[in-house]
Amino acid sequence: MTTLSFDQLVVTFAGRRVLGGISGVLEPGKVTVILGPNGAGKSTLLTMLAGLRRPDSGRSLLGDQGVLDLKPRVRAQRIAFLPQTPEIAWAVEARILVGLGRTPFIGARGLSADDAANIEAALKSADALDLADRDMSTLSGGERARVLIARALAGQPEWLLADEPLTGLDPGHQLDALALFQTLARTQGCGVVLTLHDLNLAARFADRVLVLSQGKVLADGLPDEALTPDVIATAYGVRARIKKTRDGLQVEIVERSRPGGL
Amino acid sequence: MTHRRFTLFGLCAAVIGLSAVSLMVGKVWISPSVWLQPHNALGAILFDLRLPRTLLAVIIGAALGMSGAAMQGYTRNPLADPGALGVASMAAFGAVLTLYFGAGAQQPWIIALGAMIGALSAVGLLIALAGEGSSLVAFVLSGVILQTLAAAGVALALSLAPNPWAKDEIITWLMGALTDRSMGDVTLAGPLILAGMILLLTLAPALDALTLGETGARSLGINLGQTRLILALGVALTAGASVAVTGVIGFVGLIVPHLLRPLVGARPGGLLIPSALGGAVLVVAADIAVRLTPGAAEVKLGVAMALLGGPFFLALLLSMRRRLG
Repeated sequence: MTTLSFDQLVVTFAGRRVLGGISGVLEPGKVTVILGPNGAGKSTLLTMLAGLRRPDSGRSLLGDQGVLDLKPRVRAQRIAFLPQTPEIAWAVEARILVGLGRTPFIGARGLSADDAANIEAALKSADALDLADRDMSTLSGGERARVLIARALAGQPEWLLADEPLTGLDPGHQLDALALFQTLARTQGCGVVLTLHDLNLAARFADRVLVLSQGKVLADGLPDEALTPDVIATAYGVRARIKKTRDGLQVEIVERSRPGGL
Repeated sequence: MTHRRFTLFGLCAAVIGLSAVSLMVGKVWISPSVWLQPHNALGAILFDLRLPRTLLAVIIGAALGMSGAAMQGYTRNPLADPGALGVASMAAFGAVLTLYFGAGAQQPWIIALGAMIGALSAVGLLIALAGEGSSLVAFVLSGVILQTLAAAGVALALSLAPNPWAKDEIITWLMGALTDRSMGDVTLAGPLILAGMILLLTLAPALDALTLGETGARSLGINLGQTRLILALGVALTAGASVAVTGVIGFVGLIVPHLLRPLVGARPGGLLIPSALGGAVLVVAADIAVRLTPGAAEVKLGVAMALLGGPFFLALLLSMRRRLG
Protein backbone atom coordinates (compact mmCIF):
# COMPACT_ATOMS: atom_id res chain seq x y z
CA MET A 1 0.00 0.00 0.00
CA THR A 2 1.18 3.49 -0.78
CA THR A 3 1.47 6.49 1.46
CA LEU A 4 0.16 9.94 0.63
CA SER A 5 2.52 12.65 1.69
CA PHE A 6 3.01 16.36 1.39
CA ASP A 7 6.39 17.98 1.30
CA GLN A 8 7.14 21.62 2.07
CA LEU A 9 3.77 22.75 0.72
CA VAL A 10 3.46 26.51 0.32
CA VAL A 11 0.19 27.94 -0.99
CA THR A 12 -0.72 31.59 -1.29
CA PHE A 13 -4.16 32.91 -2.20
CA ALA A 14 -4.41 36.60 -3.04
CA GLY A 15 -1.31 37.46 -1.08
CA ARG A 16 -2.37 35.48 1.98
CA ARG A 17 -0.22 32.51 2.91
CA VAL A 18 -2.68 29.65 3.37
CA LEU A 19 -0.15 26.88 3.82
CA GLY A 20 3.25 27.80 5.15
CA GLY A 21 5.61 25.07 4.03
CA ILE A 22 4.14 22.07 5.82
CA SER A 23 5.14 18.43 5.46
CA GLY A 24 3.76 15.10 6.59
CA VAL A 25 3.23 11.48 5.63
CA LEU A 26 -0.23 9.88 5.76
CA GLU A 27 -0.57 6.14 6.18
CA PRO A 28 -2.97 3.96 4.24
CA GLY A 29 -5.46 1.86 6.22
CA LYS A 30 -6.03 4.65 8.68
CA VAL A 31 -8.53 7.43 9.26
CA THR A 32 -6.66 10.71 9.45
CA VAL A 33 -8.69 13.69 10.58
CA ILE A 34 -7.52 17.21 9.82
CA LEU A 35 -8.73 19.71 12.39
CA GLY A 36 -8.29 23.43 12.73
CA PRO A 37 -10.25 26.67 12.84
CA ASN A 38 -11.88 28.24 9.78
CA GLY A 39 -9.23 29.42 7.37
CA ALA A 40 -6.49 27.24 8.86
CA GLY A 41 -5.83 25.66 5.47
CA LYS A 42 -7.64 22.32 5.93
CA SER A 43 -9.50 22.38 2.62
CA THR A 44 -6.46 23.73 0.82
CA LEU A 45 -4.35 20.87 2.15
CA LEU A 46 -6.96 18.36 0.92
CA THR A 47 -7.08 19.87 -2.58
CA MET A 48 -3.28 19.77 -2.68
CA LEU A 49 -3.28 16.10 -1.64
CA ALA A 50 -5.89 15.41 -4.31
CA GLY A 51 -3.76 17.14 -6.93
CA LEU A 52 -6.46 19.59 -7.90
CA ARG A 53 -4.30 22.68 -7.69
CA ARG A 54 -0.65 23.46 -8.11
CA PRO A 55 1.04 24.71 -4.91
CA ASP A 56 3.33 27.72 -5.04
CA SER A 57 6.11 25.39 -3.99
CA GLY A 58 6.50 21.94 -2.52
CA ARG A 59 4.52 18.93 -3.66
CA SER A 60 2.20 16.09 -2.78
CA LEU A 61 3.32 12.54 -3.34
CA LEU A 62 1.46 9.28 -3.81
CA GLY A 63 4.09 6.72 -2.89
CA ASP A 64 7.16 8.25 -4.49
CA GLN A 65 5.34 9.82 -7.43
CA GLY A 66 4.24 13.43 -7.52
CA VAL A 67 0.44 13.56 -7.46
CA LEU A 68 0.53 16.20 -10.20
CA ASP A 69 2.86 14.04 -12.29
CA LEU A 70 0.26 11.27 -12.50
CA LYS A 71 -2.07 11.23 -15.48
CA PRO A 72 -5.32 12.89 -14.33
CA ARG A 73 -7.23 9.70 -15.08
CA VAL A 74 -4.85 7.52 -13.08
CA ARG A 75 -4.82 10.02 -10.24
CA ALA A 76 -8.62 10.03 -10.18
CA GLN A 77 -8.70 6.22 -10.13
CA ARG A 78 -6.49 6.15 -7.05
CA ILE A 79 -7.60 9.24 -5.13
CA ALA A 80 -11.26 10.13 -4.64
CA PHE A 81 -12.11 13.62 -3.51
CA LEU A 82 -15.34 14.78 -1.93
CA PRO A 83 -15.58 18.59 -1.98
CA GLN A 84 -17.12 20.52 0.87
CA THR A 85 -20.13 21.92 -0.92
CA PRO A 86 -20.49 19.75 -3.99
CA GLU A 87 -22.30 21.30 -6.88
CA ILE A 88 -24.99 19.13 -8.50
CA ALA A 89 -25.89 20.94 -11.66
CA TRP A 90 -28.64 18.78 -13.11
CA ALA A 91 -31.62 16.95 -11.68
CA VAL A 92 -30.19 13.48 -12.36
CA GLU A 93 -31.09 10.26 -10.57
CA ALA A 94 -28.94 9.33 -7.58
CA ARG A 95 -27.72 6.17 -9.32
CA ILE A 96 -26.47 8.20 -12.29
CA LEU A 97 -24.70 10.59 -9.93
CA VAL A 98 -23.01 7.69 -8.14
CA GLY A 99 -22.06 6.38 -11.59
CA LEU A 100 -20.02 9.54 -12.15
CA GLY A 101 -17.60 8.07 -9.63
CA ARG A 102 -16.73 5.53 -12.35
CA THR A 103 -15.71 8.29 -14.78
CA PRO A 104 -11.96 7.55 -14.53
CA PHE A 105 -12.65 3.90 -15.46
CA ILE A 106 -15.06 4.35 -18.34
CA GLY A 107 -13.90 2.94 -21.62
CA ALA A 108 -15.21 3.78 -25.05
CA ARG A 109 -18.30 1.62 -24.56
CA GLY A 110 -19.66 3.35 -21.49
CA LEU A 111 -20.43 1.73 -18.16
CA SER A 112 -19.65 -2.00 -18.02
CA ALA A 113 -21.30 -4.65 -15.86
CA ASP A 114 -18.32 -4.32 -13.52
CA ASP A 115 -19.00 -0.59 -13.21
CA ALA A 116 -22.65 -1.27 -12.49
CA ALA A 117 -21.73 -3.75 -9.75
CA ASN A 118 -19.43 -1.18 -8.16
CA ILE A 119 -22.18 1.43 -8.27
CA GLU A 120 -24.65 -0.88 -6.51
CA ALA A 121 -22.06 -1.84 -3.89
CA ALA A 122 -21.25 1.81 -3.25
CA LEU A 123 -24.94 2.67 -2.88
CA LYS A 124 -25.31 -0.18 -0.43
CA SER A 125 -22.24 0.80 1.64
CA ALA A 126 -23.43 4.37 1.95
CA ASP A 127 -26.94 3.25 2.91
CA ALA A 128 -28.30 4.97 -0.18
CA LEU A 129 -29.88 2.03 -2.05
CA ASP A 130 -33.37 3.29 -1.28
CA LEU A 131 -32.43 6.64 -2.83
CA ALA A 132 -31.00 5.17 -6.03
CA ASP A 133 -33.96 5.98 -8.28
CA ARG A 134 -34.71 9.36 -6.75
CA ASP A 135 -33.93 12.63 -8.42
CA MET A 136 -31.05 14.47 -6.73
CA SER A 137 -33.12 17.66 -6.64
CA THR A 138 -35.71 15.96 -4.41
CA LEU A 139 -33.26 14.71 -1.74
CA SER A 140 -32.71 16.27 1.68
CA GLY A 141 -29.27 17.53 2.69
CA GLY A 142 -28.45 14.31 4.52
CA GLU A 143 -29.67 12.11 1.69
CA ARG A 144 -27.57 14.10 -0.76
CA ALA A 145 -24.55 13.65 1.48
CA ARG A 146 -25.05 9.87 1.52
CA VAL A 147 -25.34 9.71 -2.26
CA LEU A 148 -22.20 11.83 -2.63
CA ILE A 149 -20.29 9.53 -0.29
CA ALA A 150 -21.47 6.62 -2.45
CA ARG A 151 -20.17 8.54 -5.47
CA ALA A 152 -16.73 8.72 -3.89
CA LEU A 153 -16.81 5.00 -3.01
CA ALA A 154 -17.86 3.90 -6.48
CA GLY A 155 -14.32 4.23 -7.78
CA GLN A 156 -12.93 1.98 -5.03
CA PRO A 157 -10.14 4.46 -4.41
CA GLU A 158 -6.91 3.78 -2.56
CA TRP A 159 -7.32 7.17 -0.93
CA LEU A 160 -10.53 8.91 0.02
CA LEU A 161 -10.23 12.61 0.78
CA ALA A 162 -13.42 14.17 2.11
CA ASP A 163 -13.87 17.80 3.06
CA GLU A 164 -16.36 18.01 5.92
CA PRO A 165 -18.36 14.99 4.78
CA LEU A 166 -20.66 15.11 7.81
CA THR A 167 -22.23 18.46 6.92
CA GLY A 168 -26.00 18.04 6.81
CA LEU A 169 -26.03 14.58 8.38
CA ASP A 170 -28.03 13.90 11.54
CA PRO A 171 -26.18 12.39 14.52
CA GLY A 172 -27.14 8.85 13.55
CA HIS A 173 -25.95 9.20 9.98
CA GLN A 174 -22.82 11.01 11.16
CA LEU A 175 -21.92 7.91 13.17
CA ASP A 176 -22.84 5.69 10.22
CA ALA A 177 -20.62 7.68 7.89
CA LEU A 178 -17.67 7.62 10.27
CA ALA A 179 -18.13 3.90 10.90
CA LEU A 180 -18.17 3.40 7.13
CA PHE A 181 -14.94 5.36 6.71
CA GLN A 182 -13.39 3.33 9.53
CA THR A 183 -14.45 0.05 7.91
CA LEU A 184 -13.01 1.17 4.59
CA ALA A 185 -9.70 1.88 6.26
CA ARG A 186 -9.64 -1.32 8.35
CA THR A 187 -10.92 -3.87 5.85
CA GLN A 188 -9.86 -2.48 2.49
CA GLY A 189 -6.75 -0.65 3.53
CA CYS A 190 -8.11 2.53 2.07
CA GLY A 191 -6.46 5.70 3.32
CA VAL A 192 -9.18 8.01 4.60
CA VAL A 193 -8.50 11.70 5.16
CA LEU A 194 -11.30 13.86 6.55
CA THR A 195 -11.62 17.42 7.66
CA LEU A 196 -14.03 17.83 10.56
CA HIS A 197 -15.17 20.48 12.97
CA ASP A 198 -16.50 18.12 15.62
CA LEU A 199 -13.64 17.50 18.02
CA ASN A 200 -15.47 14.70 19.83
CA LEU A 201 -16.14 12.71 16.68
CA ALA A 202 -12.57 13.33 15.59
CA ALA A 203 -11.28 12.10 18.92
CA ARG A 204 -13.38 8.96 18.73
CA PHE A 205 -12.96 7.91 15.13
CA ALA A 206 -9.55 9.20 14.08
CA ASP A 207 -6.51 6.96 14.07
CA ARG A 208 -4.50 10.11 13.70
CA VAL A 209 -5.25 13.77 14.14
CA LEU A 210 -3.54 16.62 12.35
CA VAL A 211 -4.29 20.05 13.80
CA LEU A 212 -3.66 22.97 11.46
CA SER A 213 -3.48 26.55 12.56
CA GLN A 214 -2.62 29.49 10.31
CA GLY A 215 -1.21 27.24 7.66
CA LYS A 216 1.11 25.36 10.00
CA VAL A 217 0.86 21.92 11.60
CA LEU A 218 0.19 22.65 15.25
CA ALA A 219 -0.12 19.06 16.43
CA ASP A 220 0.08 15.65 14.79
CA GLY A 221 -0.45 12.26 16.38
CA LEU A 222 -2.90 9.95 18.09
CA PRO A 223 -6.08 11.76 19.19
CA ASP A 224 -5.09 11.80 22.85
CA GLU A 225 -1.63 13.10 22.00
CA ALA A 226 -2.71 15.77 19.57
CA LEU A 227 -5.88 16.97 21.24
CA THR A 228 -4.65 18.62 24.40
CA PRO A 229 -6.23 21.66 26.06
CA ASP A 230 -3.20 23.68 25.01
CA VAL A 231 -3.46 22.72 21.36
CA ILE A 232 -7.20 23.39 21.33
CA ALA A 233 -6.67 26.76 23.01
CA THR A 234 -4.00 27.78 20.51
CA ALA A 235 -5.89 26.54 17.45
CA TYR A 236 -9.44 27.58 18.23
CA GLY A 237 -9.08 30.16 20.99
CA VAL A 238 -11.33 28.22 23.35
CA ARG A 239 -10.80 26.64 26.74
CA ALA A 240 -11.56 22.92 26.67
CA ARG A 241 -11.77 20.13 29.21
CA ILE A 242 -10.72 16.69 28.07
CA LYS A 243 -11.96 13.51 29.70
CA LYS A 244 -11.04 9.95 28.97
CA THR A 245 -14.16 7.80 28.93
CA ARG A 246 -14.91 4.24 27.98
CA ASP A 247 -16.16 5.49 24.60
CA GLY A 248 -12.95 7.38 23.97
CA LEU A 249 -11.81 10.92 24.42
CA GLN A 250 -14.48 13.48 25.30
CA VAL A 251 -13.83 17.11 24.57
CA GLU A 252 -15.92 19.71 26.32
CA ILE A 253 -15.64 23.27 25.08
CA VAL A 254 -16.01 25.57 28.06
CA GLU A 255 -15.58 29.14 26.89
CA ARG A 256 -13.75 31.50 24.56
CA SER A 257 -10.22 31.91 25.82
CA ARG A 258 -9.24 34.69 23.48
CA PRO A 259 -11.50 37.25 21.85
CA GLY A 260 -12.88 35.95 18.58
CA GLY A 261 -15.94 37.59 17.16
CA LEU A 262 -17.73 36.95 13.91
CA MET B 1 -33.70 3.48 -19.85
CA THR B 2 -36.59 2.09 -21.86
CA HIS B 3 -38.07 5.57 -21.78
CA ARG B 4 -34.91 6.87 -23.34
CA ARG B 5 -34.88 4.19 -26.01
CA PHE B 6 -38.50 4.89 -26.82
CA THR B 7 -37.79 8.60 -27.19
CA LEU B 8 -34.76 7.97 -29.40
CA PHE B 9 -36.79 5.67 -31.60
CA GLY B 10 -39.56 8.26 -31.83
CA LEU B 11 -37.10 11.00 -32.76
CA CYS B 12 -35.51 8.85 -35.48
CA ALA B 13 -38.93 8.05 -36.89
CA ALA B 14 -39.85 11.74 -36.80
CA VAL B 15 -36.66 12.74 -38.66
CA ILE B 16 -37.37 10.20 -41.40
CA GLY B 17 -41.08 10.95 -41.61
CA LEU B 18 -40.70 14.72 -41.65
CA SER B 19 -37.89 14.51 -44.20
CA ALA B 20 -40.20 12.53 -46.47
CA VAL B 21 -42.91 15.17 -46.04
CA SER B 22 -40.34 17.91 -46.63
CA LEU B 23 -39.43 16.34 -49.97
CA MET B 24 -43.08 16.32 -51.05
CA VAL B 25 -44.67 19.56 -49.93
CA GLY B 26 -44.12 23.15 -51.00
CA LYS B 27 -45.41 25.43 -53.74
CA VAL B 28 -45.44 22.35 -55.94
CA TRP B 29 -46.54 18.92 -54.72
CA ILE B 30 -44.05 16.23 -55.64
CA SER B 31 -45.27 12.69 -55.33
CA PRO B 32 -42.78 10.03 -54.20
CA SER B 33 -43.17 8.35 -57.61
CA VAL B 34 -41.05 11.12 -59.16
CA TRP B 35 -38.03 9.39 -57.60
CA LEU B 36 -38.55 6.53 -60.03
CA GLN B 37 -39.08 8.70 -63.12
CA PRO B 38 -35.72 10.12 -64.12
CA HIS B 39 -37.18 12.23 -66.89
CA ASN B 40 -40.05 13.76 -64.98
CA ALA B 41 -40.00 17.56 -65.18
CA LEU B 42 -40.48 17.73 -61.41
CA GLY B 43 -37.21 15.82 -60.92
CA ALA B 44 -35.28 19.08 -61.20
CA ILE B 45 -37.21 20.61 -58.30
CA LEU B 46 -36.86 17.44 -56.26
CA PHE B 47 -33.16 16.84 -56.77
CA ASP B 48 -31.88 20.42 -57.10
CA LEU B 49 -34.09 22.17 -54.55
CA ARG B 50 -36.03 19.92 -52.21
CA LEU B 51 -33.34 17.31 -51.57
CA PRO B 52 -30.53 19.71 -50.63
CA ARG B 53 -32.97 21.80 -48.63
CA THR B 54 -34.19 18.80 -46.65
CA LEU B 55 -30.70 17.41 -46.13
CA LEU B 56 -29.47 20.77 -44.92
CA ALA B 57 -32.41 21.13 -42.55
CA VAL B 58 -31.54 17.74 -41.02
CA ILE B 59 -27.80 18.40 -40.82
CA ILE B 60 -28.09 21.93 -39.49
CA GLY B 61 -30.82 21.06 -37.03
CA ALA B 62 -28.63 18.24 -35.69
CA ALA B 63 -25.60 20.54 -35.51
CA LEU B 64 -27.47 23.29 -33.66
CA GLY B 65 -29.23 20.86 -31.31
CA MET B 66 -26.06 19.04 -30.35
CA SER B 67 -23.92 22.15 -29.95
CA GLY B 68 -26.65 23.65 -27.74
CA ALA B 69 -26.74 20.53 -25.57
CA ALA B 70 -22.93 20.54 -25.31
CA MET B 71 -22.86 24.22 -24.39
CA GLN B 72 -25.51 23.74 -21.73
CA GLY B 73 -23.69 20.73 -20.35
CA TYR B 74 -20.42 22.59 -20.17
CA THR B 75 -21.81 25.80 -18.66
CA ARG B 76 -24.30 23.87 -16.47
CA ASN B 77 -26.79 26.50 -17.56
CA PRO B 78 -30.01 25.54 -19.37
CA LEU B 79 -30.09 28.97 -20.99
CA ALA B 80 -26.78 28.52 -22.81
CA ASP B 81 -26.67 28.19 -26.57
CA PRO B 82 -23.88 28.45 -29.19
CA GLY B 83 -24.76 32.13 -29.12
CA ALA B 84 -23.56 32.25 -25.53
CA LEU B 85 -20.03 31.49 -26.70
CA GLY B 86 -20.25 34.25 -29.27
CA VAL B 87 -19.26 31.73 -31.93
CA ALA B 88 -22.46 32.05 -33.98
CA SER B 89 -22.31 35.84 -33.87
CA MET B 90 -18.68 35.92 -34.90
CA ALA B 91 -19.43 33.46 -37.70
CA ALA B 92 -22.17 35.81 -38.89
CA PHE B 93 -19.77 38.74 -38.68
CA GLY B 94 -17.18 36.84 -40.71
CA ALA B 95 -19.75 36.09 -43.37
CA VAL B 96 -21.03 39.66 -43.42
CA LEU B 97 -17.53 40.95 -43.97
CA THR B 98 -17.23 38.86 -47.14
CA LEU B 99 -20.58 40.20 -48.29
CA TYR B 100 -19.54 43.74 -47.44
CA PHE B 101 -16.46 43.50 -49.56
CA GLY B 102 -18.52 41.98 -52.33
CA ALA B 103 -16.50 38.80 -52.58
CA GLY B 104 -19.25 36.64 -51.14
CA ALA B 105 -21.73 37.70 -53.77
CA GLN B 106 -19.94 35.68 -56.43
CA GLN B 107 -18.92 32.56 -54.55
CA PRO B 108 -20.97 30.92 -51.80
CA TRP B 109 -17.90 29.14 -50.50
CA ILE B 110 -16.30 32.51 -49.77
CA ILE B 111 -19.20 33.34 -47.42
CA ALA B 112 -18.72 29.93 -45.83
CA LEU B 113 -15.01 30.49 -45.48
CA GLY B 114 -15.66 33.90 -43.91
CA ALA B 115 -18.09 32.36 -41.42
CA MET B 116 -15.70 29.54 -40.54
CA ILE B 117 -12.86 32.00 -40.05
CA GLY B 118 -15.17 34.12 -37.91
CA ALA B 119 -16.15 31.09 -35.83
CA LEU B 120 -12.59 29.86 -35.44
CA SER B 121 -11.24 33.29 -34.54
CA ALA B 122 -14.03 33.50 -31.98
CA VAL B 123 -12.71 30.27 -30.51
CA GLY B 124 -9.15 31.57 -30.53
CA LEU B 125 -10.15 34.87 -28.92
CA LEU B 126 -12.27 33.02 -26.40
CA ILE B 127 -9.38 30.88 -25.23
CA ALA B 128 -7.05 33.88 -25.17
CA LEU B 129 -9.56 36.03 -23.27
CA ALA B 130 -10.68 33.39 -20.81
CA GLY B 131 -7.23 31.90 -20.39
CA GLU B 132 -6.17 28.36 -19.66
CA GLY B 133 -7.63 26.95 -16.48
CA SER B 134 -9.70 30.02 -15.72
CA SER B 135 -13.19 29.98 -14.31
CA LEU B 136 -16.49 29.38 -16.01
CA VAL B 137 -17.59 32.96 -15.41
CA ALA B 138 -14.60 34.32 -17.30
CA PHE B 139 -15.34 31.95 -20.18
CA VAL B 140 -18.99 32.90 -20.48
CA LEU B 141 -18.26 36.60 -20.08
CA SER B 142 -15.72 36.34 -22.89
CA GLY B 143 -18.53 34.92 -25.00
CA VAL B 144 -20.74 37.88 -24.17
CA ILE B 145 -17.95 40.29 -25.13
CA LEU B 146 -17.45 38.50 -28.46
CA GLN B 147 -21.15 38.56 -29.14
CA THR B 148 -21.38 42.29 -28.48
CA LEU B 149 -18.38 42.99 -30.69
CA ALA B 150 -19.78 40.84 -33.48
CA ALA B 151 -23.17 42.56 -33.32
CA ALA B 152 -21.45 45.96 -33.44
CA GLY B 153 -19.34 44.82 -36.38
CA VAL B 154 -22.40 43.62 -38.31
CA ALA B 155 -24.22 46.88 -37.59
CA LEU B 156 -21.19 48.84 -38.75
CA ALA B 157 -20.91 46.83 -41.96
CA LEU B 158 -24.61 47.43 -42.62
CA SER B 159 -24.41 51.18 -42.08
CA LEU B 160 -21.26 51.47 -44.19
CA ALA B 161 -22.49 49.11 -46.93
CA PRO B 162 -21.29 50.49 -50.28
CA ASN B 163 -24.65 50.15 -52.00
CA PRO B 164 -28.27 49.25 -51.21
CA TRP B 165 -27.78 45.98 -53.04
CA ALA B 166 -25.00 44.86 -50.67
CA LYS B 167 -27.11 45.96 -47.68
CA ASP B 168 -30.04 43.96 -48.96
CA GLU B 169 -27.83 40.93 -49.48
CA ILE B 170 -26.43 41.14 -45.96
CA ILE B 171 -29.90 41.45 -44.39
CA THR B 172 -31.41 38.60 -46.39
CA TRP B 173 -28.61 36.33 -45.40
CA LEU B 174 -28.50 37.40 -41.74
CA MET B 175 -32.10 36.35 -41.26
CA GLY B 176 -31.21 32.77 -41.95
CA ALA B 177 -32.99 30.63 -44.51
CA LEU B 178 -32.84 27.30 -46.27
CA THR B 179 -34.18 28.59 -49.58
CA ASP B 180 -32.21 28.12 -52.77
CA ARG B 181 -29.50 25.97 -51.28
CA SER B 182 -27.67 23.57 -53.51
CA MET B 183 -26.01 20.20 -53.08
CA GLY B 184 -22.80 22.22 -53.00
CA ASP B 185 -23.89 23.69 -49.68
CA VAL B 186 -24.57 20.20 -48.36
CA THR B 187 -21.14 18.93 -49.33
CA LEU B 188 -19.59 22.10 -47.93
CA ALA B 189 -21.26 22.06 -44.52
CA GLY B 190 -21.80 18.32 -44.10
CA PRO B 191 -18.23 17.16 -43.45
CA LEU B 192 -17.43 20.15 -41.22
CA ILE B 193 -20.55 19.59 -39.14
CA LEU B 194 -19.91 15.87 -38.93
CA ALA B 195 -16.36 16.47 -37.69
CA GLY B 196 -17.65 18.94 -35.13
CA MET B 197 -20.31 16.53 -33.91
CA ILE B 198 -17.76 13.75 -33.48
CA LEU B 199 -15.59 16.10 -31.41
CA LEU B 200 -18.56 17.02 -29.24
CA LEU B 201 -19.52 13.36 -28.76
CA THR B 202 -16.06 12.59 -27.35
CA LEU B 203 -16.86 15.09 -24.59
CA ALA B 204 -19.78 13.06 -23.21
CA PRO B 205 -17.92 11.71 -20.12
CA ALA B 206 -16.43 15.13 -19.37
CA LEU B 207 -19.82 16.83 -19.63
CA ASP B 208 -21.32 14.17 -17.35
CA ALA B 209 -18.55 14.70 -14.81
CA LEU B 210 -19.10 18.46 -14.93
CA THR B 211 -22.47 17.80 -13.29
CA LEU B 212 -20.35 17.84 -10.12
CA GLY B 213 -18.88 21.23 -10.96
CA GLU B 214 -15.38 22.06 -12.12
CA THR B 215 -13.68 20.85 -8.94
CA GLY B 216 -15.72 17.65 -9.04
CA ALA B 217 -14.88 17.05 -12.68
CA ARG B 218 -11.20 17.70 -12.12
CA SER B 219 -11.17 15.29 -9.18
CA LEU B 220 -12.64 12.66 -11.53
CA GLY B 221 -9.65 13.04 -13.80
CA ILE B 222 -11.16 15.34 -16.40
CA ASN B 223 -8.70 17.68 -18.10
CA LEU B 224 -10.74 20.87 -18.19
CA GLY B 225 -8.37 22.81 -20.43
CA GLN B 226 -8.60 20.08 -23.05
CA THR B 227 -12.37 19.84 -22.59
CA ARG B 228 -12.72 23.56 -23.19
CA LEU B 229 -10.59 23.40 -26.32
CA ILE B 230 -12.50 20.46 -27.84
CA LEU B 231 -15.80 22.09 -26.95
CA ALA B 232 -14.78 25.36 -28.58
CA LEU B 233 -13.57 23.59 -31.74
CA GLY B 234 -16.66 21.38 -31.87
CA VAL B 235 -19.00 24.33 -31.46
CA ALA B 236 -17.02 26.39 -33.97
CA LEU B 237 -17.30 23.61 -36.55
CA THR B 238 -20.97 22.78 -35.99
CA ALA B 239 -22.42 26.22 -35.34
CA GLY B 240 -19.91 27.97 -37.63
CA ALA B 241 -20.60 25.69 -40.59
CA SER B 242 -24.34 26.01 -39.99
CA VAL B 243 -24.22 29.79 -39.99
CA ALA B 244 -21.99 29.59 -43.05
CA VAL B 245 -24.57 27.94 -45.28
CA THR B 246 -27.90 29.09 -43.87
CA GLY B 247 -27.27 32.26 -41.93
CA VAL B 248 -28.27 32.70 -38.32
CA ILE B 249 -30.96 30.29 -37.14
CA GLY B 250 -31.25 30.82 -33.41
CA PHE B 251 -32.89 29.12 -30.47
CA VAL B 252 -32.68 25.51 -31.76
CA GLY B 253 -29.85 24.76 -29.35
CA LEU B 254 -31.81 26.36 -26.55
CA ILE B 255 -35.22 24.80 -27.06
CA VAL B 256 -34.34 21.24 -27.98
CA PRO B 257 -32.22 20.10 -25.00
CA HIS B 258 -34.70 21.69 -22.64
CA LEU B 259 -37.64 19.82 -24.15
CA LEU B 260 -35.76 16.51 -24.19
CA ARG B 261 -34.38 16.60 -20.64
CA PRO B 262 -37.61 15.31 -19.03
CA LEU B 263 -37.81 12.54 -21.65
CA VAL B 264 -34.26 11.15 -21.76
CA GLY B 265 -32.83 12.34 -18.44
CA ALA B 266 -30.74 15.36 -17.58
CA ARG B 267 -27.32 13.65 -17.85
CA PRO B 268 -25.58 16.08 -20.22
CA GLY B 269 -23.51 13.48 -22.09
CA GLY B 270 -26.62 11.39 -22.72
CA LEU B 271 -28.41 14.42 -24.10
CA LEU B 272 -26.07 14.99 -27.06
CA ILE B 273 -27.49 12.47 -29.54
CA PRO B 274 -31.16 13.00 -28.63
CA SER B 275 -30.60 16.76 -29.00
CA ALA B 276 -29.08 16.27 -32.45
CA LEU B 277 -32.12 14.23 -33.49
CA GLY B 278 -34.50 16.70 -31.84
CA GLY B 279 -32.78 19.63 -33.54
CA ALA B 280 -33.21 17.93 -36.90
CA VAL B 281 -36.90 17.33 -36.19
CA LEU B 282 -37.45 20.94 -35.13
CA VAL B 283 -35.66 22.53 -38.11
CA VAL B 284 -37.24 20.24 -40.71
CA ALA B 285 -40.68 20.80 -39.19
CA ALA B 286 -40.17 24.56 -39.00
CA ASP B 287 -38.94 24.64 -42.58
CA ILE B 288 -42.04 22.75 -43.76
CA ALA B 289 -44.22 25.18 -41.82
CA VAL B 290 -42.42 28.15 -43.33
CA ARG B 291 -42.93 26.77 -46.83
CA LEU B 292 -46.61 26.23 -46.25
CA THR B 293 -47.35 29.70 -44.88
CA PRO B 294 -49.62 31.46 -47.35
CA GLY B 295 -48.44 34.67 -48.94
CA ALA B 296 -46.35 35.82 -51.83
CA ALA B 297 -42.97 35.72 -50.08
CA GLU B 298 -41.78 32.96 -47.80
CA VAL B 299 -41.12 33.79 -44.14
CA LYS B 300 -37.42 33.35 -43.44
CA LEU B 301 -36.66 30.32 -41.29
CA GLY B 302 -34.41 32.34 -39.00
CA VAL B 303 -37.24 34.78 -38.39
CA ALA B 304 -39.71 31.97 -37.74
CA MET B 305 -37.36 30.34 -35.24
CA ALA B 306 -36.83 33.66 -33.48
CA LEU B 307 -40.60 34.19 -33.29
CA LEU B 308 -40.93 30.74 -31.74
CA GLY B 309 -37.79 30.96 -29.61
CA GLY B 310 -38.25 34.40 -28.08
CA PRO B 311 -41.44 33.57 -26.16
CA PHE B 312 -40.03 30.14 -25.31
CA PHE B 313 -36.93 31.75 -23.82
CA LEU B 314 -39.15 34.09 -21.80
CA ALA B 315 -41.29 31.22 -20.49
CA LEU B 316 -38.15 29.27 -19.58
CA LEU B 317 -36.72 32.24 -17.73
CA LEU B 318 -39.97 32.83 -15.84
CA SER B 319 -40.27 29.19 -14.80
CA MET B 320 -36.66 29.20 -13.61
CA ARG B 321 -37.27 32.36 -11.61
CA ARG B 322 -40.34 30.85 -10.02
CA ARG B 323 -38.41 27.72 -9.10
CA LEU B 324 -35.53 29.67 -7.62
CA GLY B 325 -37.97 31.85 -5.66
